[in-house]
Amino acid sequence: MSESAQPKPDVVIEIAAMNKWYGPFHVLKDISLRVRRGERIVVCGPSGSGKSTMIRCINRLEEHQSGDIVVDGVTLNEDLKNIEHVRREVGMVFQHFNLFPHLTVLENCCLAPMWVRKTPRAEAEAAAMTYLERVKIPDQALKYPGQLSGGQQQRVAIARSLCMNPRVMLFDEPTSALDPEMIKEVLDVMVELAEEGMTMLCVTHEMGFARKVADRVIFMDAGQIVEENEPEEFFSHPKSDRTRLFLSQILEH
Amino acid sequence: MAESDVFVPKPSLPPPSGSVGVAGWMRANLFAGPFNTALTLVALWLLVSGLVPLFDWAVLRGHFSGGDAQACRSGGACWLFVGERFRFFIYGFYPAGQVWRVNIVLAVTAAAIGALAWPRTPGKRFLVPAAIVGVPALTLALMHGGVFGLPVVATDQWSGLTLTLVLSVVGIVMALPFGIVLALGRRSKMMAVRTLCILFIEVWRGVPLISVLFMASVMLPLFLPEGVQFSKVLRAMIGIVMFESAYMAEVVRGGLQAIPRGQFEAAAALGLGYWRTMGLVVLPQALKLVIPGIVNTFIALFKDTTLVLIIGLFDVLATVHATIVDPAWPAIAIEGYLFAALVFWVFCFGMSRYSQALERKLHTGHKRN
Repeated sequence: MSESAQPKPDVVIEIAAMNKWYGPFHVLKDISLRVRRGERIVVCGPSGSGKSTMIRCINRLEEHQSGDIVVDGVTLNEDLKNIEHVRREVGMVFQHFNLFPHLTVLENCCLAPMWVRKTPRAEAEAAAMTYLERVKIPDQALKYPGQLSGGQQQRVAIARSLCMNPRVMLFDEPTSALDPEMIKEVLDVMVELAEEGMTMLCVTHEMGFARKVADRVIFMDAGQIVEENEPEEFFSHPKSDRTRLFLSQILEH
Repeated sequence: MAESDVFVPKPSLPPPSGSVGVAGWMRANLFAGPFNTALTLVALWLLVSGLVPLFDWAVLRGHFSGGDAQACRSGGACWLFVGERFRFFIYGFYPAGQVWRVNIVLAVTAAAIGALAWPRTPGKRFLVPAAIVGVPALTLALMHGGVFGLPVVATDQWSGLTLTLVLSVVGIVMALPFGIVLALGRRSKMMAVRTLCILFIEVWRGVPLISVLFMASVMLPLFLPEGVQFSKVLRAMIGIVMFESAYMAEVVRGGLQAIPRGQFEAAAALGLGYWRTMGLVVLPQALKLVIPGIVNTFIALFKDTTLVLIIGLFDVLATVHATIVDPAWPAIAIEGYLFAALVFWVFCFGMSRYSQALERKLHTGHKRN
């Protein structure tokens, strides 16, 4: 799809009536979602509700079978060129970090800029160091991921994504695999990123984070978007019974 | 806050005496309990009863100098036979006046392998392709001749350790890249590529090397057009490379399967395409994991080259075998075969040690330093 086909230039992600099946199993049902530049959206819901699958469709780690996904003006379809364009512009942080264990922290950060964007090494390294400073671990740059704690690894993963200068950052349960002591250091980095105006789509159970930075909270269950609201309204006056039940289960203890 | 509220960890103490050092090691490894002690003593007795007579025969009563078989009359190992025939074991039937050409090839090959194996050699980025292209070209030009005014030495005169090394170095250098391509092909999403690779691997792996060599030497010429022929050494080489790359493919595939899906996904999410994902992220990790398997295949390949004996090529074992029937040197079979065994062992042990050093060097797991 060409640039002119995109009606609103400030819309970064447009999902329209998207459906996905795993074999006969209907995992995502009629998902429609619009993300504007600079918006911070938190996606929550019980496990198996399809929230991870949804955000993984946005950079085509999962394929959808019907409906449209337009990212940065480019429609996601079979075309490899489109997929590569979208992946260059969309950063992703995974639950299990997925750092490359055979490369140092600095090499992890420079790999994609050097090979995908063709940035010269010196420039890529300088950029990587500024991002490592932003996630507060410039002193670990020459270590290997296996030598870092979980929280440090996740911050490196965030820096690695930022090195590609993405338009949007997707977070797939970034704190779920961390020890309680390390969750805060990762959330702090994410809050800072949000305050700098990064467009973010986060699947997370950190309701404190949602309250603090989200412009909208989306609640999913059984492959559908059940409810979508501003955080204050969402937490204090949930509209559906399903949302109320979910909130009571995760907030009451 | 009061002083007593500050948490101060207890100081670290040294371990109890007798649990570290030589005494500690011996207690833990050799004399930990009656069963362990008994095993240690039995092993010691076996070593002594085996090694003492061997040492006596090979060294104390061994013959290292003298003119001919007469010098070995008194029993004991006759090493001067090995010395006498050493040139034949190394160069085989290569014309004596042209042996300097083999020496240059062996020296250059050894220097190239040494330079590539040494971790601090500068400019490896250029050295690797230069060696991969240059060494075979130099080998062919020098050993075969016909260029620079060198007389031609037909490949059926290549023999001895020279032939063993030529076959195995070519086999090792070619089988690894072919094996990697086949392994990637076998995991490809494209049906046609996958089917071809599976077919290739299963056919070559399901056939004994001996029959591959027979086919290469007897049957292949039947399928070639009249007048087209290429040397037996080249045919054996192709057979060995095909056979071993099928094995290598399965070793590499084992490594590819051990790489978690998250690595592929992270690479894809960063915008790396298939070849960069494989070349920069997946293969470096997969190959490191299967270094023991790769070197295992290399060692097997090195020893498998002795099978070319059955199509009439003379590797180092065949030259030894040919010499011990010499009536001028009766009863020297043991020394000859021991020498051949030693030659193979030295090369295989070298490869094994190098692979262990490589594994240690590439280990980035949880080592803190």
